Amino acid sequence: MELYQELTKDIRLAEGLKSCMNCGVCTAICPAAEFYDYDPRIIAGIVQSKDEKKIEELLKSDVIWYCGECMSCKTRCPRGNCPGLIIMALRSLSQRLGYFTESEKGRQQLAIKRVVGENIVNKGYCIVPETLVPEMHPELGPVGEWIYENKEEVYERVGANYNGEGVGALRKIPQESLDEISRIFELTGGFDLFEKIETFSKTKAKSMGFSDPKEIYPDYVNHIFTTNNGKHNRQ
Amino acid sequence: MKQEGKIKVWQDYQKEIADDHYFYVRSCIRQNFFPGSEQTFLKILREELNKDIYENPHHTTCSGIGYHSDVVPFETIQTIVARQFALMTEAGYQNLAVSCITSFGIYNEIIETWKEFPAELEKIRNYLKAATGREFEIPQNVAHASDIVYKFREEIYARKKYSLINQQTGKPLKIVEHIGCHYSKMFPSKGVGGAEFPYVLAGMVESWGGEVVDYPERRHCCGFGFRQYLVMSNRGYSVSNSKKKFESMEPFKPDAIVCNCPGCPMFLDRWQYVIEEMEGKTYGENGQGIPVLTYEEMAGLVLGYNPWDLGLQMHQTNCEPLFDKMGIEYDPELKYAGKDGNLIGHPSMVGCG
Repeated sequence: MELYQELTKDIRLAEGLKSCMNCGVCTAICPAAEFYDYDPRIIAGIVQSKDEKKIEELLKSDVIWYCGECMSCKTRCPRGNCPGLIIMALRSLSQRLGYFTESEKGRQQLAIKRVVGENIVNKGYCIVPETLVPEMHPELGPVGEWIYENKEEVYERVGANYNGEGVGALRKIPQESLDEISRIFELTGGFDLFEKIETFSKTKAKSMGFSDPKEIYPDYVNHIFTTNNGKHNRQ
Repeated sequence: MKQEGKIKVWQDYQKEIADDHYFYVRSCIRQNFFPGSEQTFLKILREELNKDIYENPHHTTCSGIGYHSDVVPFETIQTIVARQFALMTEAGYQNLAVSCITSFGIYNEIIETWKEFPAELEKIRNYLKAATGREFEIPQNVAHASDIVYKFREEIYARKKYSLINQQTGKPLKIVEHIGCHYSKMFPSKGVGGAEFPYVLAGMVESWGGEVVDYPERRHCCGFGFRQYLVMSNRGYSVSNSKKKFESMEPFKPDAIVCNCPGCPMFLDRWQYVIEEMEGKTYGENGQGIPVLTYEEMAGLVLGYNPWDLGLQMHQTNCEPLFDKMGIEYDPELKYAGKDGNLIGHPSMVGCG
């Protein structure tokens, strides 16, 4: 498989990479480049070079997972490129090929799929109050904990319709609507991507010594959710 | 400069915002963290401005957080968005009012993609028809909910009870406005003032008596970064970006921060608490934090709505210092009361210092 050719099938690459002159303005404005050892200018350069070996290295690396997709680069590029969109094309291909499991940051995709991905399909929301567990979200503070422990009353107080029928904030999405979302996922490749993330991740979990007869691998998920080797940041 | 010249110079930064008859699509994050803000927006439109705004219970997430954390393919999100448009079309509406900046960016990205790649539009029409039997029209007008508040800011102020003025000094309150990256960084023409001079929140602040703080990192990201917050071991990215903004705004002594995006106020509120816990550092007056508001909360306060109806008890960083400056009357005893007036417990600690 020609990796560059595969990337060009993603229209976000056509939108994101027209002709990069490697000026580095994207890197200057990039919040990720300030925090991580990350340089969107180099990403654009590698993809534009069509160097298959370097593109494969990128797809297996932590580097493509450092971007926050804020798209600040889009505004500033004098050529109208958008490295954030190049990243999205690279991440999609990395997941299709299973390369994402080769890096610590890439492996995190399973945790995101298990929470956000499954919320979308099962609840009709990306985020739901039940998943804002204080142990996983200490940053939400004592007020977040108070909200979590008193969800029904707090949400009712401010006019939400938590898990209720009809309209309103946090209403229960009708089952027939969730069925439509599931059919959309089925037809458009959403479930196929979920399946790839699960399959490649389980293979990786086994190779890293995790085991689970139910094939859910909660210890692996906890590991990828909390592990940081401390080598990602700009020194 | 002559008036005609001014209009010509600034015409690229103007945006058409529909006047009435909106189809409302909610925000996942705003519903979880600031549900009172969505309630307030609908109340202002319906009860103060007498506008028609419709919500269909069958609309869902746009799946944007999944898309921008790369677990939802482009074709999938396009078809989910097409379904939202189909619900709008079926209900007889043409103007979309969007509660979320991530969604707003996505609606714009997808509509622009369909303009540039017509084959993609046909593909998505076929997917939606096959999956749901539905058909759709592309909205004639896509406005973020803040665009609508901005459009009617003078009408709102005409009904005011309070202003963004310090009642003790008589001076305008100093407000930091945070726009949210996906509002106009991707498609500048879709936002009021574009990416370079975003005026959607600044217009509200100035019309309601306040003064906008112009500080070096005004346009920097809050640090959400999707996967950079969603995964616990990445959250250093998120807090570091917010900290960069706090350090930059601190010398200007802001009285409050107001946000456009649903996620940004959550991060700018909660990361102040985290920074205090980690480093003992606070950025507001008297060792307190800087109050962080959504624009709906700011509008609600100006209109004299009860702060606890707005949901300001759901913030970690106390907003009471701002109430006191504005002269807002409130009952601290009812801060943690439920609908029936009885106390719903009490957070173990409030504030960030």
